[in-house]
Amino acid sequence: MRSRILTPAFVLCALPAVAQETGLTLAIQLEPPHLDPTSAAAGAIDSVLYANVFEGLTRFASDGSIEPALAESWEVSEDGTTYTFALREGVTFHDGSAFDAEDVKFTLDRARGEDSTNAQKVLFEGIEEVAVVDPQTVEITLAEPDGALPFNLAWGDAVIVAPESAEDIKSAPVGTGPFVFDEWVQGDRIELARYGDYWGEAPALETATFRFISDPTAAFAAMMAGDIDVFSNFPAPENLPQFENDPRFQVIMGSSEGETILAMNNAEPPLDDVLVRQAIAHAIDREAIIDGAMYGIGTPIGTHFAPHHPDYVDLLGLSAHDQERARTLLAEAGLSEGLRLSLKLPPPPYARRGGEIVAAQLREIGIETEIVNLEWAQWLEEVFRGQDFDLTIVSHTEPMDIGIYARPDYYFQYASPAFQQIMATLKATTDPEERSELLAEAQTTIAEDYVNGYLFQLAWPTVAAAGIEGLWANQPTQANPLADVRWTE
Amino acid sequence: MLSYALRRLISLALSLAVASLAIFLVVEVAPGDPAGFMLGTGAQPDTVAALRAELGLDQPKLERYLSWAGGMLSGDFGTSYTYRTPVAGMVADRLWVSLPLALYALALSTLLAFPAGLYAAARRGRAGDVAVMGATQLGIAVPNFWFAMLLVLLFSINLGWFSAGGFPGWSDPLAAIKALTLPAFALALPQAAILARVLRSSLIDVLGEDFIRTARAKGLTRFQALWRHGVRNALIPVLTIVGLQFSFLLAGAIIIEQVFFLPGLGRLIFQAISQRDLIVVESVVMLLVFAVILVTFLTDLAYAWVDPRLRRRR
Repeated sequence: MRSRILTPAFVLCALPAVAQETGLTLAIQLEPPHLDPTSAAAGAIDSVLYANVFEGLTRFASDGSIEPALAESWEVSEDGTTYTFALREGVTFHDGSAFDAEDVKFTLDRARGEDSTNAQKVLFEGIEEVAVVDPQTVEITLAEPDGALPFNLAWGDAVIVAPESAEDIKSAPVGTGPFVFDEWVQGDRIELARYGDYWGEAPALETATFRFISDPTAAFAAMMAGDIDVFSNFPAPENLPQFENDPRFQVIMGSSEGETILAMNNAEPPLDDVLVRQAIAHAIDREAIIDGAMYGIGTPIGTHFAPHHPDYVDLLGLSAHDQERARTLLAEAGLSEGLRLSLKLPPPPYARRGGEIVAAQLREIGIETEIVNLEWAQWLEEVFRGQDFDLTIVSHTEPMDIGIYARPDYYFQYASPAFQQIMATLKATTDPEERSELLAEAQTTIAEDYVNGYLFQLAWPTVAAAGIEGLWANQPTQANPLADVRWTE
Repeated sequence: MLSYALRRLISLALSLAVASLAIFLVVEVAPGDPAGFMLGTGAQPDTVAALRAELGLDQPKLERYLSWAGGMLSGDFGTSYTYRTPVAGMVADRLWVSLPLALYALALSTLLAFPAGLYAAARRGRAGDVAVMGATQLGIAVPNFWFAMLLVLLFSINLGWFSAGGFPGWSDPLAAIKALTLPAFALALPQAAILARVLRSSLIDVLGEDFIRTARAKGLTRFQALWRHGVRNALIPVLTIVGLQFSFLLAGAIIIEQVFFLPGLGRLIFQAISQRDLIVVESVVMLLVFAVILVTFLTDLAYAWVDPRLRRRR
């Protein structure tokens, strides 16, 4: 431990901490581009606003389950195509206007409209009509049964906005949540304040300040200097042990929804050959990647599914680290020598550091890779939309996104009618037990087809001052709900 | 002096026109679509198209260049793609951090460099000179972001005198200046080292001139001669460096602004590049080019003021 020199100045600085009990300064890595969760993919928007300023009909609980929010309850018709939501009474927007069924209709019609810029428009695709029955009741009619509607409506992209304020929410968000947007000093901070007329239990915090620090060293310094009370997704994993051993701090090790995968181009030779993909899967040593690239934090996965989800199936055995087997498979495919593949890496450390290790592991079985580092915008254009790549490493952070494997035009281009059939059946199934079985089948299918190399679930480390409780450990969706957060000392 | 200034002004305007075209072309050629970036991996093609239309990205390039360049002439820098607020306002907000920081750092580096350079020149070849030159060598060698981390480690984490970063705003000027102190020092140190070395060698050159010998012969001490006759004559190279440094301090604070998470221009451009907020990138780069050209212009004027020979057309 570094010695702390106690000077009068330090003592003076420490005193106001007593009065700080109802305020919280929380840091996240990226600043939101704007403050409208319904028209951008940036996770940082939800990190600040989800469940704090904005709420949806339903919402994610910290364990990933779906709970009622602005809808008190809902009923599904016999045939599964009509959902009737009973809305909560006495809910007001921060501008004082009342929340009612018209707001729900406006929000959903806006999100699925012709000129909608909702980044997850696909969530609302199945909705045929949104009807206002009375001010407290909304009826949503679907084209076909979809058991996932309450889940879809819990996303940050589906939060309820009011027609009176929707125009300006990019800079002045008006929601129904426990906190009111107060001020945004661009580049520096966003301030929220407790909403006095909140329908639920009043939060313990009076004010909350979000700051944006992406530099790992700056994050460490800000935490150590006491400028920041909580850092969600702390960017310097190498410093975590130091915080763990310091009684002034707590480290909360959670899991994100980020399945980190070595994605492969299933449509182009040689990776259209399942033998080659399987060889690559066996060449990968997940523990070495987690240790080397992530300082040991992260959970190995054997399929594209979050290991903390109750329906997760452990399929690690299918792609166990086995170089001998990998070489045999390559020989079987007739490619034991001279195979060269491109490995295109987006900026996050899991990809850049992980990519170097993956390249070394592939070299062991005789595959040379050509590493190309890309900015996110380039990656999206070249790899994701242009599908011009052999291998890439990326973390898929959307919750429950195994459905992407049913889209043959999705960037890794897995076209399996069998898998598509499983997903179609899943969509029409509402019985929980049957759904679990189908999800298990889906996970097994993509693992047996070696669509991608499944590496690890991205961890979500939070560093906080010792006296804070009520923070989310896991990230079922990117969010920092502050309603239950309080100082205990 | 006036016609000299006028000639300089015309070349300034030409440089700006060429720069605006170059910036626009380079930024537009870079891969990555702003709308596609904003909507991420879950978006459908029609959503991306809708956003492109909303942002005006579906317009032809020439039209977009003309409206951007034309707008700038009337002070309208366009609207940011991601933030959806006028770029001029955003830049103005950030300038309130970056400009004072650059001036603060420039003042610090000049304050540190002048005594050091004068002292070293006066004590040329002796222990004091060697010590100062050694120190400046170190100052140039140390990367400023690393020096910044050391400052944070000592003054923020161990001593708790300063916060580790952030900017409280100018409503409390003392707190604002305090927040800029560590970053300004981190920026100023390498600049001061360079400036001190330039000043020293420039002074030593001047000290060999005949007029200094004449001054000494009149009975001035070595230091009096240096101060009264040497400094002004040694100023030209020093002014060049100061001019270059100011532009560097304004544009080059990107890393320091990251280390201290300051909401300055550097951080704005850093974010804008990664988010493909093209119009912000273009406008901020244009502004920096303008600042550099303007400072060069002012430096040229300062030369002419210091050295009347330069006013005449060669």
